[in-house]
Amino acid sequence: MRLLSYLDGIGLVGPGLDNWPAAHSILAGHAAYESRPLVVAAPAALPPAERRRTGLAIKVALAVAFDALAAAQLDARQLATVFTSSGADNDNCDAICKTLASDDRSISPTRFHNSVHNAPGGYWGIASGAMTPATVLCAHDASFGAGLLEAMTQLAVDGSPGSERGGTLLVAYDMPYPEPLHAKRPLPAAFGIALALMPARSAQSLARIELELSDAAPDTLSDPALETLRRSIPAARGLPLLQAVARGDACRVVLDYLAPLSLLVQVGPCR
Amino acid sequence: MTPVQLSHFTATSCLGYGNAATLAALRALRSGLQPCQFETVHDLATYVGEVGGVDAVELPAQLAAYNCRNNRLAWLGLQQDGFFDAVKAAIARHGRRRVGVFLGTSTSGILETEQAFRHRDPLTGALPDDFVYRTTHNTYAVADFVRTAFQFEGPAVVVSTACSSSAKVFASAARMLAAGLIDAAIVGGVDSLCLTTLYGFNSLELLSPEPCRPYDIHRQGLSIGEAAAFILLERPATQLPADAVLLLGAGETSDAHHMSSPHPEGLGARMAMAAALQAAGLQAADIDYLNLHGTATPSNDAAEGRAVAALFGDRVPCSSTKGATGHTLGAAGGMEAIISALALQHGFLPGGVGTHAVDPAIPVQYLTANRDSAPQRVLSNSFGFGGTNCSLILGRAA
Repeated sequence: MRLLSYLDGIGLVGPGLDNWPAAHSILAGHAAYESRPLVVAAPAALPPAERRRTGLAIKVALAVAFDALAAAQLDARQLATVFTSSGADNDNCDAICKTLASDDRSISPTRFHNSVHNAPGGYWGIASGAMTPATVLCAHDASFGAGLLEAMTQLAVDGSPGSERGGTLLVAYDMPYPEPLHAKRPLPAAFGIALALMPARSAQSLARIELELSDAAPDTLSDPALETLRRSIPAARGLPLLQAVARGDACRVVLDYLAPLSLLVQVGPCR
Repeated sequence: MTPVQLSHFTATSCLGYGNAATLAALRALRSGLQPCQFETVHDLATYVGEVGGVDAVELPAQLAAYNCRNNRLAWLGLQQDGFFDAVKAAIARHGRRRVGVFLGTSTSGILETEQAFRHRDPLTGALPDDFVYRTTHNTYAVADFVRTAFQFEGPAVVVSTACSSSAKVFASAARMLAAGLIDAAIVGGVDSLCLTTLYGFNSLELLSPEPCRPYDIHRQGLSIGEAAAFILLERPATQLPADAVLLLGAGETSDAHHMSSPHPEGLGARMAMAAALQAAGLQAADIDYLNLHGTATPSNDAAEGRAVAALFGDRVPCSSTKGATGHTLGAAGGMEAIISALALQHGFLPGGVGTHAVDPAIPVQYLTANRDSAPQRVLSNSFGFGGTNCSLILGRAA
């Protein structure tokens, strides 16, 4: 069973990868990759009260989501969303656990509602006005693959779950834990990838994507620093797909998923 | 959507282990809520739906790394109603690669982390050596636990959208069945008591000091519960017994309004119910009973009530079963789908426990006693923080 979609827009934020245009040059081999601390803007579309409450995970998720939609020239209110993360707002989780281990267990209401795994999905609705279906997934290190599989399945089965042009926006994101959880789950940096996936080809389409379950070994990246990112941050497991899109050749990519399964993706450029 | 069959299911909550105990409690209008004495939580004046005996559950040696309250509760649930054997039979029918796992949870094994933080090294601040993140704390841990326990090799995922989590898993699994990626799915939800949710809901002033009273004029908030609900979903057999239960439709929407308060008019909730009806190809008049989200917080019940009244008027009997089970959060969608399935199979409409005087400002037909009336189709609502909404429609085969 093959699932088909068209990739109309990409958002990307990572350490040394400020946005998709910058990452495109690096992944296509036109610029060298240099790791440096991640830079991400606060979500301007949120009302100021909500904006103040957003931590790094929400900032990364919303930044890449808005970038992908802008690139695809799509209206958020027409797309379903699939958010996927191996953790969530991990600073917030740390703060709650520390408070609960103290003599005063009063946690703040904001910390509590930000502790839900779907907090970025909730803020996305507030920021974008989208009342479309939003699902929020976790599959530990396989979270990117699980999200891509869910998004592509939505397109195959429901066609256009939103309205008008329909489509599904996939948003994969991760952020590090502070100590002491960092020692148990060492995620080195925040990272986000958003893909605007559409049921039909449009003038904005970057690539045609066909996905099937496989047991082929996942692809690695030839640049050692980028490969380290791919291996150490679940959301970055999508990088081989973006490298294929950046290079613009028709090719086959194998993405990491749940052993023994992997995701075999046929990428066909549309430009 | 293409209907899928709930070919086997089992529920474990404070009402008891398995379907017979659950059904008996519903028939007797018995609540499982008790004053909170959970773990070290002795300072909150609230009631909880705690499942007895969870700490005594022993996981098999090969699954020892998964040991935490949430996975012990999952293991306890899997042992009831012959569910374990039903899954093994499904593996024999379809193969390990063709069975998916789609489970909902909100807090996974976070209790393990909360306890580990109390035992940080006084000098270094490090967590204890025996704390294992991946198999306990991580949100995916319960799906990983079930996938590993059955040695599945198919797709697996946790949906974590707060209190709609284990309703939305039905939609995800049905899509994957429709796409032909799998032939069977274990769906459901497991959520267990922990300090984060107890003190968190307390911070929002949403905990009821008495057993919760959904849709009551004197409702004062929710009572937190815990549950393990598992359902085996498959494509319907060609010959179905009359009491076979099918998932006929699912509707998912977002409020796009506020992180912890529902849309005041219940707009997202109404759209989710309407989307479920559309997916099932049904009209509002085709629904015989609504299992409400009905958390018993003042704002939730008012918003949901408005949404129900807008779509169904006061024609459809409805109730929340959270007065019996407590709000089992990420397990609520699965738990209440099973309660809905029991209502379909056993021909009764469950009355809402704990509710004495229905709020007259909410113009719906709220049941405070069981009704002997055999429903053909029921709709179950699950909503959550972040403005997430999911409605499921279940129906009898005949």
